Amino acid sequence: MATTPSSIKSSDGKRLSRVKFPKEGPPPITVKNLTMAYGTFVLMKDINFTVNHGDIFIIMGGSGSGKSTLLRHLLGLIVPAEGEVWYGDFNFTRGEPLEREAMLRYFGVLYQSGALWNSMTLAENVGLPLGEFTDLSDAEIREVAALKLALVGLKGFEDYYPSQISGGMKKRAGLARAIALDPEILFFDEPSSGLDPISSRLLDDLILELRDNLGATIVVVSHELASIFAIGNNSVFLDAESRAMIAHGDPKDLLAHCTDQRVKTFLTRGGKDADKSARNHG
Amino acid sequence: MQALKQSQPSGELSFARSDNSTLVVRLAGDWHLRRGLPEPDLVLKQLDTAPKPVRLTFDAAGLGDWDSGLLTFLMGVSEICHKRNLPADWSPLPEGVRGLIQLAEAVPEKLGARHEASHATFIEELGQATILYARGLQEFLRFLGEVAIAFAMLCVGKARFRRVDLMIAIQDCGASAFGIITLVSFLVGVILAFMGAVQLQQFGAAIYVADLVGIAMSRDMGAMMTAIIMAGRTGAAFAAQLGSMKVTQEIDALTTMGISPLEFLVLPRVLALFLMIPLLCVYADCLGVAGGAFVGATMLHISVGTYIRETANAVTLTEILGGVFKAAVYGVIIGVAGCLRGFQCGDSSSAVGDAATSAVVTGIVYVIVACGMFAFIFNLLGL
Ligand SMILES: Nc1ncnc2c1ncn2[C@@H]1O[C@H](COP(=O)(O)OP(=O)(O)O)[C@@H](O)[C@H]1O
Ligand SMILES: [Mg+2]
Repeated sequence: MATTPSSIKSSDGKRLSRVKFPKEGPPPITVKNLTMAYGTFVLMKDINFTVNHGDIFIIMGGSGSGKSTLLRHLLGLIVPAEGEVWYGDFNFTRGEPLEREAMLRYFGVLYQSGALWNSMTLAENVGLPLGEFTDLSDAEIREVAALKLALVGLKGFEDYYPSQISGGMKKRAGLARAIALDPEILFFDEPSSGLDPISSRLLDDLILELRDNLGATIVVVSHELASIFAIGNNSVFLDAESRAMIAHGDPKDLLAHCTDQRVKTFLTRGGKDADKSARNHG
Repeated sequence: MQALKQSQPSGELSFARSDNSTLVVRLAGDWHLRRGLPEPDLVLKQLDTAPKPVRLTFDAAGLGDWDSGLLTFLMGVSEICHKRNLPADWSPLPEGVRGLIQLAEAVPEKLGARHEASHATFIEELGQATILYARGLQEFLRFLGEVAIAFAMLCVGKARFRRVDLMIAIQDCGASAFGIITLVSFLVGVILAFMGAVQLQQFGAAIYVADLVGIAMSRDMGAMMTAIIMAGRTGAAFAAQLGSMKVTQEIDALTTMGISPLEFLVLPRVLALFLMIPLLCVYADCLGVAGGAFVGATMLHISVGTYIRETANAVTLTEILGGVFKAAVYGVIIGVAGCLRGFQCGDSSSAVGDAATSAVVTGIVYVIVACGMFAFIFNLLGL
């Protein structure tokens, strides 16, 4: 990451206004009694948690415990078997399709592999949502796209295609696209997986900057301990075996106070998957 | 090799009772995978012979070399003990064996993770296949309906896609397909002419080869051959493109951005096929006639001019337009089948290949079904 984005501002230079989820309002995300299932195979039952304004909320758990699945539920890509997801005072699970679509406008998502559209240049990738949801002219869109790419350290790469850049750069480009519309809630699926330790540190810094400067609420799926402690201030822990969330709170508090052995092993075992550490006491 | 085969017998297994209630499983010799394993069922038999043991222990004093063969056997024994709620004393076994068994048992089996082997009867399988097929057709029709709605949205100017995507798709299923269409249509014309010539020459009516080839190509073969080529070329490509976009979550990225993948990805592709296939079909018709004329000129001594005039007499505009209409329908079927299979693609890269294959099969099957229905309907209409 060549340029450290020390001053993330909105496109017009003013501090961003948080219109959809104002600080005084209800918490941005509330999950109520969520049950996740693929067909008849129940993955997790009775998930309840709240994500507050400005949180960096970590979804953690061993591989295969359903972290990505939970994220897909939050994004409305999967309909819950039971329970609801609320954004502010809007029932996202049961809401009207048009209203749900309008809500998506306030989200930014960084997928695990970046999920850039391969047939478009980086500038076009970032510009597509701008073209869809704003009245900006093509030249303005390109300008904003260039700004967003510069924010993630990809200045000068506007006309590259995704196939021409490295994995870490793809992630950053995906991040630029995710913040294209100045989202109020950002979702990251395993942002540091596949990155070298330095890039992954820088990405963590970038996430913190985004939270502070965009005023965004951030949900991160992660099992990278270093990054969990560095950025997270709230979390849930999913346990595949008991099919339930077995802990909820600030990861640092969980490390200090949580008595559940499974959580403790996870949080003290340098980044290994929980199911591996579960063996050692099981 | 020889020496190995007749080497020492595999690990020896014997049983003893230390007292009336304890079964001692005695393991001796070398336990090697490649020499075969004793069945854990032998233990089961011992457990069932009176006096029934209530405890199980091992004697490994004579145990020599061992590898996974021994472990596999012991896992079987352990499972039996679990099932029967029989306490077992593993301590006489070597430490390495105990460690590995513990490791294998540390994580309990995930319920529902094991796939049940299905033992369906022929009738059941037939029924399931039928239901699956019916469901497949239903999905296809639903998707077709969604595409139609998106198309209607496009007509009122509400659907969104990038014009460049449409252009690329048009180039892909238009100009790029010229070569193969040329070759195949010309040869189909040649084949039809040959088949007709053999029969018609007997009656001295060789000139009617022109009628045969012209009508066959314009009514059905032109559209059909174009459709089959495009199903293999473009339908598969659509499925592979959308399938890999599914795998890399690019489609999710569109959805969560509030952009409909149906409008953005499917519409330009189906539209391109819908627009280009009729043109390709007319081109294929012409090439087929050219193939027939070639046979006429070289084998039947019909001049090209005469051949063309005879063709023009035989083929009506209705036939050509009928063929073009069919081609347009086939184009929609192939495009929709390709995109549907791409969307249904699983989450692994091997699934992309399956999606492409399945797109070709679905496309061709539905095209031929449609062809049959057209034959019936056109017949009813007296065309
Ligand atoms: N499309 C699917 N259909 C059925 N089962 C799935 C599907 N996707 C994931 N699973 C199952 O759900 C579980 C959780 O998957 P996932 O959410 O990807 O885990 P994580 O992200 O925590 O590693 C896994 O056991 C996997 O087998
Ligand atoms: Mg995952």
